[in-house]
Amino acid sequence: MDLNKLKDKFANSVELFEDQSQAVAKIPVEKIHEVLAFVKSDDHFKMNLLMDIVAVDYLTQDPRFELVYILYSIKHKHRLRVKVRVKDGQSVSTVSDLYKSANWAEREVFDMFGIKFNKHPDLKRILMFEGFEGYPLRKDYATNKRQKIPVMKEIP
Amino acid sequence: MAEKNAETQDHLQAEKTYLNLGPSHPAMHGTLRLFCELDGETIVKAEPEFGYLHRGFEKHCENSTYTQCIPYTDRLNYISAMMNNVGFCKAVEELLDIEIPEQAKVIRVIVCEINRIIDHLVCTSTNILDMGALTNFWYYFNVREKFYNIIEKLCGARLTTAYTRIGGITKPLYLGFEEEVKDCIRDLLKAIDDVEGLISHNRIFLKRTVGIGKISAEDAISYGFTGPCLRACGVNLDLRKDQPYYDYDQYDWEVVLAENGDTYDRVIVRFYEMRESAKIILQAMKRIDRQASVMTSDRRVALPPKKEVYTNIESLMNHFKLIYEGIRPPVGEVYSATEAANGELGFFIVSDGTGTPYRVKCRPPCFPIYQAYAPMCEGGLIGDAVAILGGLNIIAGELDR
Repeated sequence: MDLNKLKDKFANSVELFEDQSQAVAKIPVEKIHEVLAFVKSDDHFKMNLLMDIVAVDYLTQDPRFELVYILYSIKHKHRLRVKVRVKDGQSVSTVSDLYKSANWAEREVFDMFGIKFNKHPDLKRILMFEGFEGYPLRKDYATNKRQKIPVMKEIP
Repeated sequence: MAEKNAETQDHLQAEKTYLNLGPSHPAMHGTLRLFCELDGETIVKAEPEFGYLHRGFEKHCENSTYTQCIPYTDRLNYISAMMNNVGFCKAVEELLDIEIPEQAKVIRVIVCEINRIIDHLVCTSTNILDMGALTNFWYYFNVREKFYNIIEKLCGARLTTAYTRIGGITKPLYLGFEEEVKDCIRDLLKAIDDVEGLISHNRIFLKRTVGIGKISAEDAISYGFTGPCLRACGVNLDLRKDQPYYDYDQYDWEVVLAENGDTYDRVIVRFYEMRESAKIILQAMKRIDRQASVMTSDRRVALPPKKEVYTNIESLMNHFKLIYEGIRPPVGEVYSATEAANGELGFFIVSDGTGTPYRVKCRPPCFPIYQAYAPMCEGGLIGDAVAILGGLNIIAGELDR
């Protein structure tokens, strides 16, 4: 895979490197939708599977969060990780219109880290219950913190 | 007349019914809840809800050493626990950049394929059971029981195996392992033939599965399907062939593909995959060498021999540090994927150089697959929803983590 094609397309906003024999591209957060649309449709990349979206909380750094989009190409059998840095409270544009798998993956990121996604069709908690306070996988959420499960409302 | 008809129609028009499928129902395989809006017996709209089994796997990992994480991975896909052990250990080994001994690779391949067989046995037999065919269930569970006896002998537990360690395997194979496995495989092949004979021309089974829960290849890829569910749609994606690890490319076996992507194909693909797995096991067993070590000699991850610990201060310190501080990979991150029974099982690990991982993310294969479940059910009958769920093989343990 020739990553320089990505650099040609998006000029200097892309930072590329190899990590554990996997390609990684660091891009500014505003470009995420544009870059994923490009690598999905471009014949050279053909990244047609979005495996997962991972958020990492670097509590002491600024911007605080990092989102990692893990992509795989069935045609070329190669992997690419696209990374963006997100500030606390900043929202990211959704890619669920490009990949259907992003719908739940983004919901999980929202559930666990509280990162909001613009124009997401149905952004709500997925693993935690409704009424849960805080975001459990943030580094400042205490491991031993307990919460009461609210009484279930009438089924609609 | 027309007016009267309309009146009757109005009268007959039943109100929409709401039905909770699950969370505690044998047909809902674990703790999955599907909230359905019904028109008669047709599901108009379905809303899945899960997370009942969420136990904070990823948060726990951030507060444990790498070795302590291994037992947590047993509980992800509890049907094929060893594949999770292997997946996690492979990720950490890539992070540390260490090579495991040949013999450990062979044993990992064998136990992975045994677990793949068990997973497929459970998935297909319960799926067919949900449609009322009990006999097949016993045929398959008899074989499964025999395989579990082997696993019990290997590591002392049936489900919570924790069999691998970072850098290798806990203990080598016991004597007589090969004969027992060969015996099991003989039973397995017979059971597959028997069950196939019972169902492949069974009209009830065909009517309930052919064309039910159909998904096109494009949709399946967009939803992030992997594993047998994707191969049932005709997409050739198997990490064991595409990005071979543990010398999978040196064994002689085929990727199983179907074309329709319905429930029937998902069941049949698993039948054939079990036969392929049996082929791999038989080939891998020829490579077993009992003299060879199954644990790396790299002292960054492997405990020193007890004799040295008691006689040598360096080894004592080495032992103490490995137990007390844990394995310390260099700063960095890794995404490592293995082909688990249900699809791609990925682990994304970030290390900050200390003994505990900074972040562990598990990419369970059934999380994206379950997303497609509700759209697949809509427009079908309640009975179809149950048949589809069994074919997708959703394991709540890894779905909720």
